[in-house]
Amino acid sequence: MENLINIFVKSIFIENMVFAYFLGMCSYLAVSKTVKTATGLGIAVIFVLAITVPVDYLLENFILKEGALSWISPALADVDLSFLSFIMFIAVIASMVQLVEMVVEKFAPELYTQLGIFLPLIAVNCAILGGSLFMQQKAFLNVGEATVYGLGSGVGWFLAIVGIAAIREKIQYSNVPAPLRGLGITFIVTGLMGLAFMGFMGIKL
Amino acid sequence: MSDPLFSKKNLTLLTEPLNSSNPITVQVLGICSALAVTAQLKPALVMALSVMAVLAFSNVIISLLRNTIPNRIRIIVQLVVVAALVILVDLILKAYVFDVSKQLSVFVGLIITNCIIMGRLEAFALGNRPWQSFLDGIGNAAGYGWILVVVGFFRELLGSGSLLGYQIIPENWYLSNGGFYENNGMMILPPMALITVGVIIWVQRSRNRKLIED
Repeated sequence: MENLINIFVKSIFIENMVFAYFLGMCSYLAVSKTVKTATGLGIAVIFVLAITVPVDYLLENFILKEGALSWISPALADVDLSFLSFIMFIAVIASMVQLVEMVVEKFAPELYTQLGIFLPLIAVNCAILGGSLFMQQKAFLNVGEATVYGLGSGVGWFLAIVGIAAIREKIQYSNVPAPLRGLGITFIVTGLMGLAFMGFMGIKL
Repeated sequence: MSDPLFSKKNLTLLTEPLNSSNPITVQVLGICSALAVTAQLKPALVMALSVMAVLAFSNVIISLLRNTIPNRIRIIVQLVVVAALVILVDLILKAYVFDVSKQLSVFVGLIITNCIIMGRLEAFALGNRPWQSFLDGIGNAAGYGWILVVVGFFRELLGSGSLLGYQIIPENWYLSNGGFYENNGMMILPPMALITVGVIIWVQRSRNRKLIED
């Protein structure tokens, strides 16, 4: 249990997707103009990450890893399919995103029109594939840890995008130098937020 | 094709992404991997070259297939083409520059989801001939690459006092050797990549005023 909480807190604050690894920056920069749309996209990302990371974990451990196929027959024990992991992961993600898109369209049509092109683009949001690839690298012990990691990374991304959206709403009223307006200042503010988040480094539960 | 290979129109495909339609600073594509690999110059260079290879060839392949791909499943087709090319690049890097490939870790895999690639495939390769698509791929990857290299240059120089692993700041300047200089350790940390790109955007836009947003 303690271990799970540790992974959760670590993936939200210390190994934050946006501030520590710059994953999902494209939609982070493009959709953070208002808090409302940012919240919507953030929730969609949490949802997709929390589903795809455990699914990819199972895929990795029961199909792709060296010796993972031995549950079918011992003869397959030295088959190593890990070179296929990129393609398999991206296929799982693309189909999951399709599913989320259908669910959102059915139950929250308003949000669906607001998110527009960015919902299908979650499929190519690096944060999602990044979550699966980091999961592969960290070699979690069981599917619970992987789920918590996916959830935590999603929450971290959500916090980041909602935070920057709130700052950008306020910064519209400030007198920013003209060449820095828009994209430039967003980068610098994100950098400063990242520095603040680094304050969490070294915390261990 | 009636155009000569390097007609004026084709050359603008190469030069435009370097400045006025730069993928990173203007189109805001492909930021994700751009920042994480720039703590040192060498991984930044390797990353830029890998993206160039993947982008140029996937552009050509999609452009060759553009009349046969059904519109509804084009995204999946594009992803498969890109993923196959990235697997090739990944294996090549592992075989020839293993240490850099370790440093780049997941970011080679993340080229698949690099928005520059999907963006160019959608916006350009689906509607243009292979040769133009090839030039467009090279141009955009170069526009992406030079930002990476500039960021990597400053971060490695100021953060570690070296370039490509070679010490640039003389050893006896350092405080520990009785000198006056100390590396700025903050440049190595991830947030400084963002701030460096912010400053590059600032400089670029103050020279090219057309790009200023209101």
